[in-house]
Order: sequence, then structure tokens, then C-alpha cells
Amino acid sequence: MSTTWAYISNYFVYSSMGVFALAFIAHAYETAFAVRAPHLADSAKGNLRTKTFDYSRTEKIARIATAMVILGFLLLLAGVVGRGISAGRVPWGNMYEFSITGALAFTTAYLGALRKYDLRWLGLFVSLSVLLTLGTAVTVLYVPSAPLVPALKSPWLVIHVSTAIISGGVFLLANVIAGAFLFLDSMEKKGERAPWAKRLPSLDTLDQLSYRLVAFVFPLWTFSVIAGAIWAESAWGRYWGWDPKETWAFITWVAYAAYLHARVTVGWRGRRAAWLCIFAGSTFLFNYIYVNIWGTGKHTYSGL
Amino acid sequence: MSQNTPEIGTVGLLRFMWRQLTSMRTALVLLLMLGVAAIPGSFIPQRTQNPIAVSDFFATSPTRAMWYERFSLFDVYSSPWFSAIYILLFISLIGCVLPRTFEHYKASRALPPVTPKNLSRMEHHTEWKGTGDELEIARAWFKKNRFRIRELDGSISAEKGFTRETGNLFFHLALVLILLGVSFGSLFGMRGDAIVNVGERFINTPTTFDSLSFGKLFNEKSLPPFSIEVDKFVAKYNPVTNAPEDYTLSVTVKDTPESAPVKKTVKVNSPLTFGSTRVYLQANGYSPIVTVRDSIGNVAFQGPVPFLPQDSNLTSTGAIKVPDAIPQLGFVGSFFPTIGRADEGGGISVYPEALDPQLFLGAWTGDLGLDNGRPQSVYRIDTDSLTKIGLKSLAPGETYEFAEGSITFETYIPWVNLQVVRDPGKSYALLGSIVAILGLLASLFTRRRRIWVSVTKKNIQVAGLAKNSAPGLENEIAQLARALGRAE
Repeated sequence: MSTTWAYISNYFVYSSMGVFALAFIAHAYETAFAVRAPHLADSAKGNLRTKTFDYSRTEKIARIATAMVILGFLLLLAGVVGRGISAGRVPWGNMYEFSITGALAFTTAYLGALRKYDLRWLGLFVSLSVLLTLGTAVTVLYVPSAPLVPALKSPWLVIHVSTAIISGGVFLLANVIAGAFLFLDSMEKKGERAPWAKRLPSLDTLDQLSYRLVAFVFPLWTFSVIAGAIWAESAWGRYWGWDPKETWAFITWVAYAAYLHARVTVGWRGRRAAWLCIFAGSTFLFNYIYVNIWGTGKHTYSGL
Repeated sequence: MSQNTPEIGTVGLLRFMWRQLTSMRTALVLLLMLGVAAIPGSFIPQRTQNPIAVSDFFATSPTRAMWYERFSLFDVYSSPWFSAIYILLFISLIGCVLPRTFEHYKASRALPPVTPKNLSRMEHHTEWKGTGDELEIARAWFKKNRFRIRELDGSISAEKGFTRETGNLFFHLALVLILLGVSFGSLFGMRGDAIVNVGERFINTPTTFDSLSFGKLFNEKSLPPFSIEVDKFVAKYNPVTNAPEDYTLSVTVKDTPESAPVKKTVKVNSPLTFGSTRVYLQANGYSPIVTVRDSIGNVAFQGPVPFLPQDSNLTSTGAIKVPDAIPQLGFVGSFFPTIGRADEGGGISVYPEALDPQLFLGAWTGDLGLDNGRPQSVYRIDTDSLTKIGLKSLAPGETYEFAEGSITFETYIPWVNLQVVRDPGKSYALLGSIVAILGLLASLFTRRRRIWVSVTKKNIQVAGLAKNSAPGLENEIAQLARALGRAE
């Protein structure tokens, strides 16, 4: 029974990778074929290099790309749920599971934000990074579905890790948007935006959006850290022990707290705020990669 | 102080420093510094977590270790420089929050400001012709929506969203409470470890611990007098991955020597609780039970000897010291719950459960050095001054005989490591955390805003103003305008 579900889960994860690959190709096609090549008439005038972008030309493929992301999301959801059923618990007991669930959270954050904002330009990046995360998960991080070690057998696993995954997904989305802000800002400083970047939101929107995402998810991250402390108190005999993962979670918390203060109290906007946001997000990413793969301490459940 | 600078005096200097310390920029810098200062402790081994790695570091690179030690890099989180940063940060925080608390208290008792003369300059201004009794309706609407109102001649000034600053202040004060809880716990707390064989009893007195540390203001006399009898320990492992799946420890506890015994079960996530002291199941291993006889067959030692696990399959090492034999005997041993590969170099266990147990022993004779007063580990024997007798691998029930006597590997029993922790500050830290989260939510998701309604000769005007250009004010004003009878 449980092995069957593990196989089914694997098939779903592999299929979602296939669909995300198609979504990636569709998004790439969307951008590439929106280029309007210069007409012969223009070339006669000598301005062969003027390229324009016309996204109405690729509207159909863009819709297909978004549909692919949604389909990939559904397949991945089935894969994650199947993994949970096969193990008879929540699907985040090791690094493989954390990664596929994290990829799911990231896709959910993107699709959720897409309903409200025109973020389709992020699709190329989202499908690529989901593809890379899943690729690493199935090749490097894969471990057979198995029950948990005793320390993880606690209702706090559901609360602590799910909130950490959601916070991570949203932090990374805020990071990507802050990165896009910096890129477009330097582009605008040099002159006009490149044709393909013209449909991207205004700098002000990006600046606000990355702030809103952080402000929205910071209490959740705080809660996740506190839930972890409560769990550590019952499993390890102390609520805070400066274990490497705890230390980096603290650093991430401090960095985002500084970001929020800088914005709300000191009034930072634009480039400085974006850099601080990216710094804070990198501490989260570093925690995820370093502590799980090379790190020591009590949070090493990756089986690597 | 140079000639050109004006004399500001000690008080002036102190005031200047206080202003600098409590400024937002300083707080921000301190906050970022705290984050950066926490980094080295995640790369360099820390005494509180991994004392063995620290002593290994001293052994492999002594010069670097000495320099690290000078900067407290093995105890980052209790180091003077780390403490300096967070103490300054908290002083700065208190210096910032206290005056704001008084201000906020005063502001929350004051009336909203007078309606501005020119409402059309405010946000979301709207104007229409009405009936003239809109002020009555507006007052009711503001009351229903819990605005604080100030009634003026021909207008109402209303204000809402004080929860934002209240939440903000509670959040910061709660951080102070967390810090107090942490300090209280470390001053009045204790932590100890004891290895207890199944069938033995643990009594909460200093002598029964293998390691024990007290907070500065707590001493051994205050240990609660409970006892724990270890009845049974069952470990379940996954046959495919060898990973543990469940540990169940059955115990009989007594709160005091006089109280009635109570049977209890301990698991990794459910410790025993005695007031503010909790007892955790932290590790487990095996104790081979051996009988050592001297050359004429008298029993010189008999009993279980805890061996320490070296890997996840519980390959364990230990030492058996027999000072009562003549001459003294010592055995350096390895215990394999399920023996796998075995050669002259040693063996390795392939499964953590005792399916095919084997005990490897190296026998030594000579002066064990137990009487020279120098403390030594019970898990190791310094064999430098001893004479080697030989090596032998034993299954349960087998005996190794040699000229000086014999050793019999009778059987084995599991042991558990009980960790006893007293932390009276943790409930304050938890309370602080809960208040901090609630305060944070209140401050991030409410917004302070003002709305004005003015009625002059049936000419109705509504406008508002929100701090941080928060969204939602437009809707609120539209709702109010609808309530006041403005046509869509």
C-alpha cells in the first residue's frame, strides 16, 4: 500500500517536472517571439537594430504557459499528497520532501500573487527555479519513503515546518521581485527600459510589492521560529540552543526585522531597501542549503 | 577636549550619548550587528553544543584555538562582545519604547485634531448636496465602527487605528520579557545528564549525575528529591533504513522518597515533568554485563558497564576497570549489537538492534592509576603503562581465559541517558513570544487613519488621511458616504 503510493507520488513529481519544462519553454517562446524583426522598409532606412516587442503576438502562448504552470502545480500537489499518504504523515520529514513541498509553496505563492498582480513576466524564472529544485530533489536528495525518526514524531512537525516552508516560499518571491527592481532600476538609470522589459511593472509597484510580501509573512516566520522553540523544548530539553539552524533562523529574523524598521521608521525605499531584502532572503537560502547539506547540529534530517 | 569645541559638560555628554543610543539608526545598526555577530557560532564548534569538537579543535590546531579562545569564539553566545551588542540593543529599545509609551498613552486620551479648513486637500475627498442632518448619521456610523470622535461646529473629526502603535509597543516590550525569561532561566536553572541501566534507579542528587551544571543563583540543595526507576526500554528500528522509528521508556517515578510510586511512559517528545524540572530521554545504548574472575576464580567484578555509541548502528566503545583484581585488570572493549564485518582492525555493527551481539575485548594488566587522584574517564583506559594480555571476541555466555584470570560476557542490557533540566524562566519567554506575535500582527495589519465629515448649508464633504498611505481608506470613506446618502 504505502510503496504503491510512493511510486504514484514519484510519477506525479516526474510528470510535474515535464510540465514545468513545457511551461519554461512556453515562457521562453513567449518572450523570444514577441520580438518584432525589423521590416525591409526599416532596413532601407538603416535602422536594422531597432527591435520592438509586441506581446500581443504571443498572447496565446503566454496563456498556454500559465496553464502549464497551473497543471504542473496540480501534478506536484498530487505528488506531495501521495508522498504524505505513502509515509502516513506530513510530507516534510526529510530534505527531499522539504524540497518538493517548498517548490509547491513557491508555485502557490506565484499563482496566488498572479491573481492580483500582472506577474506573468516572472513565469520564466518561476518555472526554471521550480524545475531546478525538483531536479535536485529527485536526483541528489531522494530517499525512499519511510516513517519518521522519534524526535520528529510530534504535532509540531506540521505546525513548525509548514509555516517555515510557506514563509520561505514568500521570502524568496519577495527576493526575486527585489532583484527585478534592482535590475530594472539600473536599466532605467542608463536610459530607457529595453523593449522586452517595458511590460514589467513600474519600479514603484515592485518596491511596494516586495515590502508587502515581507510584511505579510514576517509574523508567520516569527511564529514558525517560536513553534520550533516550543517543539525543541519538548524534544531536546531546551527551547533555544544556538544550533546552526536556529542561529541562521535568528539571523534571518533579525535581518527582516531590520528591513521592516528601515522601511517603516527610517523611510528606506528603492535600491537600499531592495539590497537589504535580498540580504535577508539570502540568509534564509543559506540556512536551507548549508545547514542541511554541509552543516552539523540537530536539524540534519536530510539523510545526506 | 580641544579648545575649539564648546564645553557641554558631563551631563550634556551623557545626554548626547543617550540620544545617540536611542536613535532609530543606532538601533538598526545594533540589530544588524547582532545578526552578523551570531554568524561565527554557526561555523566554529561551540562548547555548549559540542564540547568534544572543541577539544578536538584544541588538539589539531592549538595556536588557532588559543586565538579563538581569546575572542570567546567557542562561547560566542555568552561572550562579552555578543552580550555587549544585545544589552546595548535592549537599552536602546527601552529608551525608544518607554517615551513612546507615555506619548501614546497621552495621545489615546486626547481628542482627535480639529477638522482642517480645506478638506479638498485631504485624501479621497468627496462632496455632494445632502439634507443637512448627515452629522447625526455620521456620528452613529463612527460610533458603530468604533472611531474616536470629536464634535465641532458643523463637522466631526474621527480617528481610528491606535491599535497599531499599541501593538508595536507591546511587541517591543514583549521582547524585553523574553530576554528576562531567558536570563531568569539561566540564573536559576540547572542541567544534568545521567546514564541509567534498565533495572536501575535514578535519584535526583548531585552524585548520580555524569555531568551537571547549575545557574549562578541555583545550587544543588534546591534539587527536587524525585527518583526514577527505569523498568523497560524498547527501541524500534526500520529494517530497510536502520533509522530509529520509536523509543519507549517505561519508568516508575516517586516525587519524594515518601510518595507513592507511579508508572509512567517517556518518549522523545514527551518528557517527565516535576514542577519546573523536566526529564528527557536523550540517548540510548548498551551495557554489556560481564563477570571478571582472578586467577584463583574469585569474582573481582560483576555487573553492567555502559558503552558509548559511536555510530547510528550503535557500534559502542567502553572500558572495564577491575581495580580489585590482583594484579589490576583493565579491558578496552567494543560492543556490536549486530556484528557485520570483522577483522584484526576491529568490527562494525550493521544494525542498531541486538540481533547478533558480539563483544571485542583487549585485556591489559598493571597499575590502572585510579589511586593517584587524577580524574579519568570511565569510558577510556590509558594503556601506556599497562601490559597487554591479548584480544578476544566473545558472544554472550562465552568466556575469555588468560593467566591472570578470566572474563565472561554474560549478556547485555540497554541503558538510557536521562537529561534533567530545570528552567523556571521558560514560561515568561513563552508568554513574551505570544504577546510579541499578537503585537506584531496588530501593528502590521491595522492602520491609523482620520476621517472628517463637514456639513455647511446642506453641502456635505467627506475626506480622510492615513499614515503610510495604507490601502482601504478609500473603501471606508465610500462606505461612509453611502451611509450618509450619497448617490452612487
